[in-house]
Amino acid sequence: MSLLEVKNLGITFGGLHAVEDFNLTLEKGDLYGLIGPNGAGKTTVFNLLTGVYKPTSGTFYLDGKELKGKKPVDINKAGIARTFQNIRLFKKLSVLDNVKVGLHNSMKYSTLTGILRLPGYFKVERAMNEKARELLHVFELDGEADTLASNLPYGKQRKLEIARAIATNPKLLLLDEPAAGMNPNETNELMETIRLIRSRFDLTVLVIEHDMNLVSGLCEKITVLNFGTELAKGPTEEVLKNPEVIKAYLGE
Amino acid sequence: MSKNQPSPLSQKKQLRPVTKKNLVTYAIVIVFFALFQTLTVTGNLKFAYQSLLVPICTNVIMAVSLNLVVGVLGELSLGHAGFMCIGAYVGSFFSVVTEELIPVTWVRFTLAFALAAIAASIAGILIGIPVLRLKGDYLAIVTLAFGEIIKSLVNVLYIGKDSNGFHVSMSSSGLNLLEDGEVILKGPQGISNTPKDSTFLIGFILVMLSLFIVTNLMDSRTGRAIMSIRDNRIAAESVGINITKYKLLVFTISAAIAGCAGVLYSHNLSSLTANTNNFGYNMSIMVLVYVVLGGLGSIRGSVIAAAVLYALPELLRGLADYRMLIYSIILIVMMIVNNGAFFLKLRAKIAQSFRNSLQKKKNEKEAA
Amino acid sequence: MKFLSQLISGISLGSIYSLIALGYTMVYGIAKMLNFAHGDVIMIGAFVVYTACVTGGLSPVLGVLLAIVVCTILGVVIERLAYKPLRAAASLAVLITAIGVSYFLQNMALLVFGSDTKQFSSVVSLEPVSLANGNLVITGETIVTIVVSLIIMIALYLFVNRTKPGKAMLAVSEDKGAAQLMGINVNGMIALTFAIGSALAAIAGALLCSAYPALSPYTGAMPGIKAFVAAVFGGIGSIPGAMVGGILLGIIENLSKGYISSQLSDAIVFAVLILVLLLRPTGIMGKKINEKV
Repeated sequence: MSLLEVKNLGITFGGLHAVEDFNLTLEKGDLYGLIGPNGAGKTTVFNLLTGVYKPTSGTFYLDGKELKGKKPVDINKAGIARTFQNIRLFKKLSVLDNVKVGLHNSMKYSTLTGILRLPGYFKVERAMNEKARELLHVFELDGEADTLASNLPYGKQRKLEIARAIATNPKLLLLDEPAAGMNPNETNELMETIRLIRSRFDLTVLVIEHDMNLVSGLCEKITVLNFGTELAKGPTEEVLKNPEVIKAYLGE
Repeated sequence: MSKNQPSPLSQKKQLRPVTKKNLVTYAIVIVFFALFQTLTVTGNLKFAYQSLLVPICTNVIMAVSLNLVVGVLGELSLGHAGFMCIGAYVGSFFSVVTEELIPVTWVRFTLAFALAAIAASIAGILIGIPVLRLKGDYLAIVTLAFGEIIKSLVNVLYIGKDSNGFHVSMSSSGLNLLEDGEVILKGPQGISNTPKDSTFLIGFILVMLSLFIVTNLMDSRTGRAIMSIRDNRIAAESVGINITKYKLLVFTISAAIAGCAGVLYSHNLSSLTANTNNFGYNMSIMVLVYVVLGGLGSIRGSVIAAAVLYALPELLRGLADYRMLIYSIILIVMMIVNNGAFFLKLRAKIAQSFRNSLQKKKNEKEAA
Repeated sequence: MKFLSQLISGISLGSIYSLIALGYTMVYGIAKMLNFAHGDVIMIGAFVVYTACVTGGLSPVLGVLLAIVVCTILGVVIERLAYKPLRAAASLAVLITAIGVSYFLQNMALLVFGSDTKQFSSVVSLEPVSLANGNLVITGETIVTIVVSLIIMIALYLFVNRTKPGKAMLAVSEDKGAAQLMGINVNGMIALTFAIGSALAAIAGALLCSAYPALSPYTGAMPGIKAFVAAVFGGIGSIPGAMVGGILLGIIENLSKGYISSQLSDAIVFAVLILVLLLRPTGIMGKKINEKV
């Protein structure tokens, strides 16, 4: 069974088809790219897959479980985590606490245990700290564990967002322009990190990206969106040679 | 950068910064209590100032509990006095009714607190429901409306007791009490003869308890979830934080604590009535002023701001009619100095030149 | 007949709320702040009329004109001194400052005029109109209030939608940055908004105290809060919303006073507000705001 199965997914905003008839099948472990010009509906696809928007047509399944119409919280619990194009960190929390919020549903103790400082509090907090630091280490953020998230430089903020998403223990990770604002060196590093986390955390990754180096270096397959519909789909090399795709990107 | 970070090993032995911060807050409260209790016992505190002590505790508790909503959850509430009102009336009612039944003061008083906290937290859940649908200024106006509704309701409510039990009505004649009956809640006249059980010691204990609850809550899994909603609701949802649950939880806990502040307030007075200044929007706004001036999310700030700002008009009493005018000017000036673009720039400039001069000295030293 | 008379006085009270709510809503629209001191500007306006007419012996029309001038200046000065330095600050900081201004105005009035309630003499000299064989009496105050409010609202509507400064005001409330790029003087427009809002507050103060002739430094507080409710009711930031919201609020308040309980009328008004907002979270005419993800 495929990990993610998207069937004819679509949404209209006031008569405008923002995304129409979107189909996608991801196998476990895939590194898949979603590209297209600005306004093609890529982020809208993410918003549909994470429950921020309710689809007006079609449906999608994760591990055979239908998730259409579910709330973002339940979709995350089912195993989809994401990052955001315009970084959305918990700015007034420390870097460590940002990741610990991600661990919220996998490591638990009750509110009362927390207030009364019962033994469970110390035990779980210790485990959470360990796990969170482990994740920060993967992204080379362990030195900044106690820094406020808003004080991190831009590139590290993007990494922290990925770390937080992985903390929720997802099966499928959606990355929305992870390399935006990074220089070529940082982008290469990021590619390494993404490959690393895929194998280390058993992830399937769907990534939106404008940086063609990252897309061709990282993704085995891609889908090209234009005006909310699929323009091409297949192995990255082939699709990028497709004249239709070149036309959509470069214009007539 | 990483060299300055304490290694995980040394960190276990040291107190975490959060814990340290909270301990300092507790210490401030304890020192304040010890100082003024000693002054009172040794007869060195004027009676006029003694009478401020319990109200200061009430205001501190109100500010701490409101900070949980405004500073920690990030929702503006203008109706916090409503919860205090419910607590005050429920607590007083219970104490008046059971004064002969339960002669042991601490048992009766503890029960009064418990009942008031429950009643106020139910109201907290009720107001929590619109909170889930509304945002920003719309939410603020609904909480304001809610506080006013509570104040109006207790002003038209009559409750009496006779050998048949309790009678509730909207007018004193509607109670139809038997000869042996007495009216306990008398509409706009409120409740009289509440036992004067509140003391500075009890106020102090209650302040410590609310600090314990709020600071421990903030530094826990639940607290992080609440703050994540404040910082970015959409991101919080995306990592599986149940917004509804935590918003309701915050309103419930905050309301329960405010309800206890109400009990402390009402058992410090011989007669309890509800008006704009004690339970209306004036009070709610006053508490909000404490929270904002003390710093959003800073519990210690709330404690200090509430104590100082509550006492300030009393201490300015020598200036008679000018005191509230001065208070209002201080408030405006403080807000502008703390938040105005001009002063923020000025401060940054001063800090920068200070740093430069430090650097210069350092360089000179190294050169020498 | 009782219903009709309650309804008419409700519309009259509601028109006053509308005038105040317009000040709230315009300021909110353009400066994105809740001007909590707005209610106290009404009180100052009423005191100016009182001083000019009762103490100074001026004619009511001159008194009201003087109040308009004083309040307009007051509004602009408040904006310049207290709110302008906070243009970029968090909305909560501005809200607390506005509360400080409100305390300031109340205590200033307390100092100057004393805490005792003054008997306001009506600025309206129109005789009551008796209809339906004396079963329905409409006071001169009611008629003047409704007529004056109607004229002001029409004038304001025309000003905002038909004149250049009015359109500039709308532009600033829509998008400050873009308006500035188009060469609109944003600070000037904000000052103008405060001036108009405060002038309306002066008129509202004179009308309010003519209908309910008790004047004290706290007179403005409750009508201020109610007008704020009215503005939210109609959808804050929306000018027609403030008009409709104010009138509806006045009607609801008066009908509950007449038919349910005068002590509970405020509670009923607030309860209706909560219900309305639960059904329409941004008020009757408010715009729906979608957050971009």
